[in-house]
Amino acid sequence: MNILGKKVILHDNCLRDGMHAKQHQISLDEMVAIACGLDQAGIPLIEVTHGDGLGGASINYGFPAHSDEEYLRAVVPKMKQAKISALTLPGIGTVDHLKMAVDCGVSCLRVATHCSEADVSGQHLGMSRALGVDTVGFLMMAHMISPEDLLVQAKIMEGEGASTIYCTDSAGYMLPADVTARIGALRAGLRPETGVGFHGHHNMAMGVANSLAAIEAGALRIDGSAAGMGAGAGNTPLEVLVAVLERMGARHGCDLYAIMDVAEDLVLPLMQRPPAHTVRVDRNSLVLGYAGVYSSFLLFAERAAAKYGLQARDILVELGKRKTVGGQEDMIEDVALDLKSAESGWQSNPKPG
Amino acid sequence: MTKLKAAIIGPGNIGTDLLYKMLRSEHVEPLWMVGIDANSAGLKRAAELGIKTTDKGVSGLIDSGGAEQIDLVFDATSAKVHAANYEALKGYGINFIDLTPAAIGAYCIPPVNLAEQVAAGNDNVNMVTCGGQATIPMVAAVNRVQPVSYGEIIATVASLSIGPGTRNNIDEFTRTTAAGIEKVGGATRGKAIIVINPADPPIMMRDTIHCIIDDLPKEDEITASIHSMVAEVQTYVPGYLLKNGPVFEALGDGRYRVSVYMEVTGLGDFLPKYAGNLDIMTAAALRTGELIAERRLAQGAKA
Repeated sequence: MNILGKKVILHDNCLRDGMHAKQHQISLDEMVAIACGLDQAGIPLIEVTHGDGLGGASINYGFPAHSDEEYLRAVVPKMKQAKISALTLPGIGTVDHLKMAVDCGVSCLRVATHCSEADVSGQHLGMSRALGVDTVGFLMMAHMISPEDLLVQAKIMEGEGASTIYCTDSAGYMLPADVTARIGALRAGLRPETGVGFHGHHNMAMGVANSLAAIEAGALRIDGSAAGMGAGAGNTPLEVLVAVLERMGARHGCDLYAIMDVAEDLVLPLMQRPPAHTVRVDRNSLVLGYAGVYSSFLLFAERAAAKYGLQARDILVELGKRKTVGGQEDMIEDVALDLKSAESGWQSNPKPG
Repeated sequence: MTKLKAAIIGPGNIGTDLLYKMLRSEHVEPLWMVGIDANSAGLKRAAELGIKTTDKGVSGLIDSGGAEQIDLVFDATSAKVHAANYEALKGYGINFIDLTPAAIGAYCIPPVNLAEQVAAGNDNVNMVTCGGQATIPMVAAVNRVQPVSYGEIIATVASLSIGPGTRNNIDEFTRTTAAGIEKVGGATRGKAIIVINPADPPIMMRDTIHCIIDDLPKEDEITASIHSMVAEVQTYVPGYLLKNGPVFEALGDGRYRVSVYMEVTGLGDFLPKYAGNLDIMTAAALRTGELIAERRLAQGAKA
């Protein structure tokens, strides 16, 4: 593999995807300190939002320690070179959230849909364009459709105004050949001026390898997270990726030691304080990658397993069988109740009388 | 038995499914199907069923004298078109049942506030959204026992059941449903989430309703209230099923979560059974029309 001299734009996600691992309980001080560290390390793009994007505050996905607006107003003014992005999922966040984010100084909006449903992004991509910010389409769970079908969806987002399209491996399911095929299809089929990006999860420990495959196949933007803090087994660990890019001679523009220090001195202690969760390839996050299940289901499945006396693995595999997609966190307790009643004849909804 | 005469505007999937249901109604007779495309499959289908049709929109209906013949209009077009249709047909003594997100009239969720809407004599009622029809009855069922300080619903629908109208205006779903959770469901604050699932074969519509209440829940009363509300919805949507719950959980701050997991299977009249989200809209709209009809017939309607 040769990526010598290739330009790579790194996009840190530990303050958005990492919110899943912290059950959205990151303090404003922690958020600002980590963002400033990433900014000083030369990371050009940093995402700050609820784990499920703008407007994600809910029973379904978890209520955050602070609102999206509070986080953004705290972080944006502190940045010296980094641009702050915000994620949104149509169906959860509205265009009003986009206006708020841009008012806070966000300069990149990423509009995420399930990989086959790009045509629900029109309102949000259009608003992002109208607001004059860097507009990105984010196709989630991209392992679920073929490279050809992914290109069809990417073209819909391109037509709605996205200037970069992401292939997003939300389940951490893809192997490098899957990434090569998808990024290759997007690069060959989209307009030359449209950028291509890759967002990985580390559930099969493929985060770095998949990112390299993406760069080789033509991706310009690569997501990662300092210390890998993200949903499931986390995202591509950014400090590791930077070290590998350095060795391979890709142009990334970041300071390796500085990003190592952010990961070790700021993000790791954050992961260790309550609600503590060690982001690693444990058996349940491995099952996410193995069975192709949305990474942020992990902690919900573990809590439901503890509550109903089940194995989180069994809940996750059943969610995979039911072909659930991102955002269906409500099905986790529902599946747990079904598994529980199948196991014991126990009924959750006894008829009164 | 005398029936009220109705026009359906919009011969698409929703309008056609509504027509099939209306053909079985004891109180409402479909007289006109109104479209704007001479080649519309929906208009042809209606004509084959012996329904009068026009492809000239509401002005075609008025020019043919149709406006004087009808008592009810079911509008299955779009928010913008509905506003124009209502304007054009005002003054003909017509009751409007609006299936678009226009929401010119008051929100109507039949088992919760239909009787109230009909008694108020409003000439335009709005059917909120599919997600609203499937979930607001549950919010109201909890709220009539103990006040709901926050109601949140997640509607998951099969990709094939969601047309371009909803896809291009996804925010209208979240906004209108959230408003309905508050105004009709009774929650102090409402939030709505829609998730589209492309699984093949298509999934049935799934709806999760979370309510937060601020004191110790009266579990037996809430459970009984939910079961009786489910039975009421089942009178017009037989496939409205309680899959799991109610689940009661302490949130650790003195508040409690009550969660209900529903599945909605359609009747499969014109739309496939998995499109329970569309079926519950057409069934609720017809139910609304029928109650208006009962009342108007009692008062003496147009001959």
